[in-house]
Parts: sequence; structure tokens; C-alpha cells
Amino acid sequence: MMLRSLKILFHQGKQYIPDITTATPPGIFRGRPVISKTFVEEQALAEICPAGAIGVAPVSIDLGKCVFCGECALLFPEKIRFTNDPRMASNVRNRLIISEGDEKEINIDPDEVRSEIRKIFGHSLKLRQVSAGGDNSCEMELNAAGNVNFDMGRYGIEFVASPRHADGLVVTGPVTENMAEPLRICYDAVPYPKVLILAGTDAISGGIFAGSPALDRSFFNDHPADLYIPGNPVHPLTFINGVLSLVRSGDIKGRVSS
Amino acid sequence: MDFITIKNNQRISLQTIPVQAPFKFVQGIADLMAAGEHIHCVSYFGYPSEDGIRLICCLADDREGVIRVGATSVKPGDTLESLTVQYPAFQSFERELHEDYGIAFPDHPWLKPVRYPKDRAHQANDIAHYPFYSIDSEELHEVGVGPIHAGIIEPGHFRFICNGEQILHLEIQLGYQHRGIEKLFLKKDRLLQRSILAESIAGDTAVGHSLAFAGVWESLCGFIPSERLQFERAVALEMERMAVHTGDLSGICTDIAYQLGSSVFGRLRTPLINFFQSWCGNRFAKSLIRPGKTNFPLTPELAGKWLEVADAFEPDFTEMYDELSDLPTALARFEKTGVVSADTALSIGMVGMAARASGLSRDIRLSHPQGWFKDVVHQPVVKHHGDVFSRVQMRKEETLQSLGYLREYLRNFRPEVRQEESLRSPEPSSLAVSLVEGWRGEICHCAVTGVNGELIRYKIKDPSFHNWTGLALAVRMNDISDFPVCNKSFNLSYCGHDL
Repeated sequence: MMLRSLKILFHQGKQYIPDITTATPPGIFRGRPVISKTFVEEQALAEICPAGAIGVAPVSIDLGKCVFCGECALLFPEKIRFTNDPRMASNVRNRLIISEGDEKEINIDPDEVRSEIRKIFGHSLKLRQVSAGGDNSCEMELNAAGNVNFDMGRYGIEFVASPRHADGLVVTGPVTENMAEPLRICYDAVPYPKVLILAGTDAISGGIFAGSPALDRSFFNDHPADLYIPGNPVHPLTFINGVLSLVRSGDIKGRVSS
Repeated sequence: MDFITIKNNQRISLQTIPVQAPFKFVQGIADLMAAGEHIHCVSYFGYPSEDGIRLICCLADDREGVIRVGATSVKPGDTLESLTVQYPAFQSFERELHEDYGIAFPDHPWLKPVRYPKDRAHQANDIAHYPFYSIDSEELHEVGVGPIHAGIIEPGHFRFICNGEQILHLEIQLGYQHRGIEKLFLKKDRLLQRSILAESIAGDTAVGHSLAFAGVWESLCGFIPSERLQFERAVALEMERMAVHTGDLSGICTDIAYQLGSSVFGRLRTPLINFFQSWCGNRFAKSLIRPGKTNFPLTPELAGKWLEVADAFEPDFTEMYDELSDLPTALARFEKTGVVSADTALSIGMVGMAARASGLSRDIRLSHPQGWFKDVVHQPVVKHHGDVFSRVQMRKEETLQSLGYLREYLRNFRPEVRQEESLRSPEPSSLAVSLVEGWRGEICHCAVTGVNGELIRYKIKDPSFHNWTGLALAVRMNDISDFPVCNKSFNLSYCGHDL
């Protein structure tokens, strides 16, 4: 039996992604978009968007609202192109808004990162996750972030069972009214200092559910997030890189030790 | 008996649905149900009409491959005879009607809230004060778990009544995930918005629910998808089944602390969902299914790529499963754990993979085939012990069955020139019903249009709506430490139930 287990192990080969900070998802991936300065009928373009993420004059896409359906890029390929860059997280909400001509990567504003975050959590961050109306795709991707392929644990970032053991909270879903109170209770149960991370478009803005009377997003009025990670759902590479860029100083690309 | 007979993915004019007196309507349902286990309720919902609340009941006849639709008209707060006493499968439908419209069912055992929608009939009911079944005992104790659980999963509350380590009773309180999605289908009135809502009903079943939405919408519009579109959709549905079943085997191994199985099945799922990403840019196949068209045609290159994925997948999957099913420590946790008998499964109206694990041969691909499945001879996998091990075996056998279908289809894939007709507007004053066998089981979407062809009701039913009761009954007399593996063996949807 032992030998059979070893044989199975051998057959798996190497499954882990050697460097998460430089990896890109295989195949087509709708990551950070680039908007050209080509002239198009802006209003028609904005009206395509099912989530109201496209602004006009100048044309922009708010990745905190974008559901990554890709319809705008299909209908206006000369104007909008989704690159396969999964690094889309920022601690500043406005940095998720990509405007015409923006080609640079989305990043963290180090001046806005609370000093204790990098000092205390730089090499060990334990997170508690709360699904508040999430559709289970973001939740599955957060689980996948810890699997043998992405192996987030190598950077000291892990999900834990109890808020008492956690350094912060990761929220998924648009926050339903029925989850508003449990979310507050869970957040309060995390000891200080703590971080608040919003994973996925639904959490950041309500996404396709924005405007539903069944939501209660008042928690965010008095709890500003430390990190916004876009996606529908959030890709494990987007999540891990986002968290790393929050807790580690400087450009993380190719420079993060596990 | 005044029920109109339709097929899966068929539109009918509302006028053709006979509206009966309430007592006759209930009697009609009971009479149809009495015909045997091949009749089961796939949807039972209401919508406001000019004369009060119009109730529609859809009963599937698995033998004839038809759906019988009946209607009645009631006023909010009216009393209706309960079917639950005779057919417990109706218990959650009647609770829902009570919650939404205040309809009273005096002989229903307990009309508990289902999901606390914003405009519920009894506003005083709130989720913090759910009326749990409780005990007053020196010997027994209660264990409350949730809504937030120890892992990265969705919220729900489990209340156990235990005798020592043994579970005597489990009650599952849901509703935390309620996003008001059925109402949003009416409010967000662009087709793309609705397509994205359909993908978000349960993100782990994006293909299944999107296909039900596409089925309903295309039926309303009189659109018939081309052979190629039907083919691509069937391929996506079976790929989703393979991916989730494989992931579930990983989760089940996690819950019995079997690290090797957990890691290996977990990583075997990765190339399957990455294939979806290569196909449509999303690991959960969001954006793949759209009514009337596809934005991401399946190409021969993609088909070839999938065959390579499958060839690499199969030996490792089989090797790992053989090892798992040969481990005495694993079998000791699986066998005779979390049993649902065939009788129980039938009476509570279980569907899909969990029902088949309990010996019920219920599979929409066979009984109400649509699209590509019309031309396929599908033999559902059926197990008879109804325990965790049966549900584990289902995962493996259905994964390999889907793999076999896909291999056969994709090897012979010759892309025809696509000639899709254009999608017209929905017909006014109509009802359409769509049934899809998703990986969990039977998904049912119903849509009702008004006089101008606008949506006036969108009703979604995830298989979890039936099957949560199955989980509650499965764990009785089991040790509470076996709850996680029982739960994972069903892997039910919270958001699919809460909507």
C-alpha cells in the first residue's frame, strides 16, 4: 500500500507553479484590460456593459464593477482588449479604473498601506474568509489558491478556521442583508491589527447584483478595505499576487521568496 | 384532470393553461402524483395576476417524457389544502408559497421560513429568530454550527440534536445567501444582464443554470439552436460534471483526512477547469453559454486539446480512485455512513446524482432529453446503498461516463458551418419550462411573460431545493464527526437554494 501511494506520488510529477509572481494563466484569460485611443461610438460602447462598468469621455473600465464577460472587447475589439495579466489588485479603489491609453500595471500605493501591515504580516498572514452572498465560484478559487498548483501557503498566507486565529478577513459576495450581521460579528471577532480584503467584483461593488433590495452593504461605510481584488470569480493568481503586493514592500515580480 | 401537457423547452400561451378551482387543482396534483414514482414536481410557484395570485404547478412525467402543467388562482392569505402530508416532497414548495404570498396550508407540519426575501408576507419573521425544532432534555444536547463555517464555503446554519456523539436530528436553516435573484431577472431587463445573472445563480453550476436559462429564453422566442450549438452545449455540460465530480472527490478525501487523495483529485480538477479557460476565458465557463448564439465556438484545435487533457487525466484519475476504494480506512468512513434509503429519497423528492446513489433512476438526460441528448442513448449510473460510498462511486462512474461521451463526440468532431437564426423577442403572455440535468441534478427554470412580452415572473429551482432535506435525514443516527463527509458527499448549493 505504501509503495502504491509512492507510485501515485511519482506519477503526479511537478504540479506547482514555480513563481506565482510572474506566472500567467494558460489559454485566454480576461485580465487587466487596455483601452486604445481609437474613436468609437462611446455611448454605444458604454451601453453594452451589463454592470455599468464602462465610463465615457474618456472611455474607462472600472474593474471593481466589471463582471469580465468580455462583451465590450468582442464588439469593439479595436477599442478594448483584455490582456492576460492577472495582477489587478490595489489598495486604492480608484486604481481599479482603467482609462484610455493606460498601459501600465495596476499596483499598490505604498503610502496608503498602514505601516503595521507590512511590519507584522509581511511573512505570515492568516485569513478568515466570509462568503456573504458569494456564488461559490470565488470561494472555490480561494480554496484553489491553497492547492498543490498555486500553493499559497509557501508565502505564509493561509486561511484559518476561526476569526480568533486570523489577522484579517476576506469577503466574497455582494453582502446580502441576511449575512450583514454575521459579517460584522466575524469582523469584530478578529483581533487587532487586522486587514480587510474584498475578493471579487461582487464584494467590491455588488457586481451584477448591485441595486438589489436584498443586499445590505452598510458594513463598508464604516470599514474601509485594505485591498480590492477584482475578478468574476477572482483567479488564484490575482488573489495571491494581490495579497503579496499588500504585505511585501517594493516590486514583488520575481523577487518573492517563499 | 385539467392539466396541459408540454415537453421540456416548450412555450405555451398562458391562456391554454386551465385555471381550476383551488381544491380541484390540489386534488389534480394528488391524482397525478398517485400514478407512481415517475411523476415528480419540478416547479410550483406563484405570480401576481389581475385576479390575485396565479399558482402554477409543473409535474414531470419521467416515463412519458412530458411535463403536466396546472394552474389555480388564489388571493394572498388564502387557505389551500397541503399536499405535504401525503407527499413530503411538496414541503419546501408550500413553505415558499407561504413565505412569499402568505398562503396558509393549515395541515402542513410546520410552515417555516425558507429564505427571508425582502418582500416576504410576514415581515416580522427575521433570520435571527428562525423557529428551530428544539428539545428540553437533561440527556440530550444541541449543537449549533454556522452560518459561517470553518472552511471557505457558503453560509448556512446547522442545528443538531445529539445524544452524546450521535446525531438524533439535524435541522438546516438557509437563506443567508438570498440575493433576490429572481426579482433581478425582471429588473435587469437586458439579455446580457440576465445571462450573467443565470451564471451567478450557483457559480459552480454556471453551465447547468445557463443552459436552463438559454432553454427557457429560446423557447419564449421560438428559437431553435443549430445542431452545432446543441452539441457545444452538451459538451460543456458534461465537462462541468467531470470537473465538479473530480473536485468533490478531493473534498471528500479532505473530510476524512486523506491527504494524498485530496491533493491528487484537487490537482486533477485543474486541467479540466483550465480547459474551460482556454475555451472561453473563464475557469467556471462563465460567458460560454448565451441564448441564441455562442461567442466562443468549439474549434477542432480545442477538441484536440481536450482529448490530450483527457488522455493525461484518465490514468491518474483511475489509479487514484482504485487506491482510495481499496483503503480500509477510507471505506470504514464511507460505507453505511449517511444512508438515504430509496423510499426516503422518493418521498422527499430527491433528484440528480444523490437520488441515483439511493437507487432512484432520475436523470433528465434520459427522461426529458433536450438538444444533443435527444439523439444519445444515455444510461444513468444508479447505485443502491444510498451511503457516502455510493455517492463517491457516483462521482467516479459519472466522471468516466462523461469522459467516454466526450471522447467519442470530440474524436468525431467535424465542425459544420454554423447557421444560427436570429433571436426574436419573447412571445407575449406565455409560459416556458426548461429542465437540465446539471452535475447536481435536475435544474428547472420557468419564465412567464406579460402582454407585451416582458418577463413578469422568473422561477428558478436548483436541485438543492429538494436535496437539502436528504442531507438532514442522512445524518440521523450517525456520529456528528461524520457530518462533514456526509455534507461533502451531497455537496449542495446554498446560493442555488437561497437565490
